[in-house]
Amino acid sequence: MMSNASEVEYTVLMDADAVAATIRRIALAVANDNEDIESLVLLGILRRGKPLADRLASHIGHVTGYRPPVGILSTTLYRDDLHAGGAGEAVNRRGETHFDFSVDGRTVLLVDDVLAAGRTIRAAMDEVMDYGRPRRIQLACLIDRRCRELPIQADYLGYDLVTKPEEWVCVRLEETDGEDAVLLHRRFIPSDDKGN
Amino acid sequence: MESAALTRWTKKDLIGIRELNREEIEIILDTTPQFLAVSQRVSGIKKVPLLQGRLVVNWFHEPSTRTRTSFELAAKRLSADTLSITASSSSTVKGETLHDTLANIEAMSTDIIVLRHGCSGAPHILAADHSSHIINAGDGRHEHPTQALLDAFTMREALRKLHGNPALNLDNLKVALIGDIEHSRVARSNIHTLTRLGANVTVCGPATLLPRGVEKLGVTRTTDLREALKNADVIYALRIQRERQASALFPSIREYVKLFRIDRESLRFAPDHAIVMHPGPINRDLELSTDVADGPQSVILEQVTNGVAVRMTVMHLLANSGTSRIT
Repeated sequence: MMSNASEVEYTVLMDADAVAATIRRIALAVANDNEDIESLVLLGILRRGKPLADRLASHIGHVTGYRPPVGILSTTLYRDDLHAGGAGEAVNRRGETHFDFSVDGRTVLLVDDVLAAGRTIRAAMDEVMDYGRPRRIQLACLIDRRCRELPIQADYLGYDLVTKPEEWVCVRLEETDGEDAVLLHRRFIPSDDKGN
Repeated sequence: MESAALTRWTKKDLIGIRELNREEIEIILDTTPQFLAVSQRVSGIKKVPLLQGRLVVNWFHEPSTRTRTSFELAAKRLSADTLSITASSSSTVKGETLHDTLANIEAMSTDIIVLRHGCSGAPHILAADHSSHIINAGDGRHEHPTQALLDAFTMREALRKLHGNPALNLDNLKVALIGDIEHSRVARSNIHTLTRLGANVTVCGPATLLPRGVEKLGVTRTTDLREALKNADVIYALRIQRERQASALFPSIREYVKLFRIDRESLRFAPDHAIVMHPGPINRDLELSTDVADGPQSVILEQVTNGVAVRMTVMHLLANSGTSRIT
């Protein structure tokens, strides 16, 4: 048997300063776009959407004087791949949806780290709708990987890139991973393995 | 990837706790809080679409209100379609075998069968030959796995609240099961669950209601209530099952009350933090005095609330894990 050990290399897409600047920029844009800022609530999608939402809320508070409440959205119970056996693959130990405010008539800003297929956001919207009828739902993401399977776009975006199949984006945050960074990982398949 | 947090669920049916290992029990307990949150939503719809378009059949050969309602509600909160068949309305009374009845139900494309039956082993026999996911809702004197799971979940929640530590598990927890151990499938499933989770279990009751050799299951046996309650974190009173002739096995109700009832008097032997549990329905003032059943140490209604969430978890894990279906 030939060894299939493939090497993984990464590029830094955003360092800690870039992550901080991006969050500030998104917070400013949210504040500018929402005249009725006091109807704004944030829902961070687990796991890394939650700390991102906390930071956004804090910046929005600085800019506008109104710090919007932040809730947690798990989306696990609204996944669309469970008929295919998803529940057995990934037992959810990341936590559950929790927020103690009403979404009726409010502007709900969904916050997630990476936007890819768009299926998580579809699940998140369905989940929010089960809690009430928001006036509108907006989406803020740190990275868009552009491999959409549903017609969903972010209203606020940090960084936009097209990834190849052998590449994946890794967001690291102080609260969950001990540092702020966005990395692009690339798997190099040794040339020996390629043709065989 | 958070691979450490990922575990596979592989079982097609839930027949008994004896067939589960610690990890599988913990998967169920750890998956339950998100379903509890669904039932406790303050606004909107108390439902999730996990079993949309699937059929859950509640097939009860013994009377049951609590368990049947709990399963039915769990299925409805998962958006499943539900159907109830009770013994009196089932063709078993006309002489049809269980296999034939189930084959006919399954011909209508069922996904989950929740079965309660007076014969130990009935769900086991059916699970082997049928493609639906079978959940044992109590079979004879054998097991009542979802009851034990909701009990363990309730104990864990109480323990975590008491110590303010959301990571605690049941290791070294001291649990006293009081009453009719011999006829109780609840006791059997609880013993399997709790010993697998590392708890110390003491069973206590009249000698005639303590099965011979029960120590082999890894529990301590005593007929002295005072001894059982000393150091107990959890006091679990079992129902005296008059319908299973248990009352013929001890001299009188009065004597049972005097020696084994959990009341304010006997609670004095237990630590202040001990919680009081009962699987229901309570024979008031027989197993539990009214003031204790309704008192601050009682978590009996929490058990009922948690029961729906635990059953949602079990249905979700069985039906959504791609566990192989025999056809």
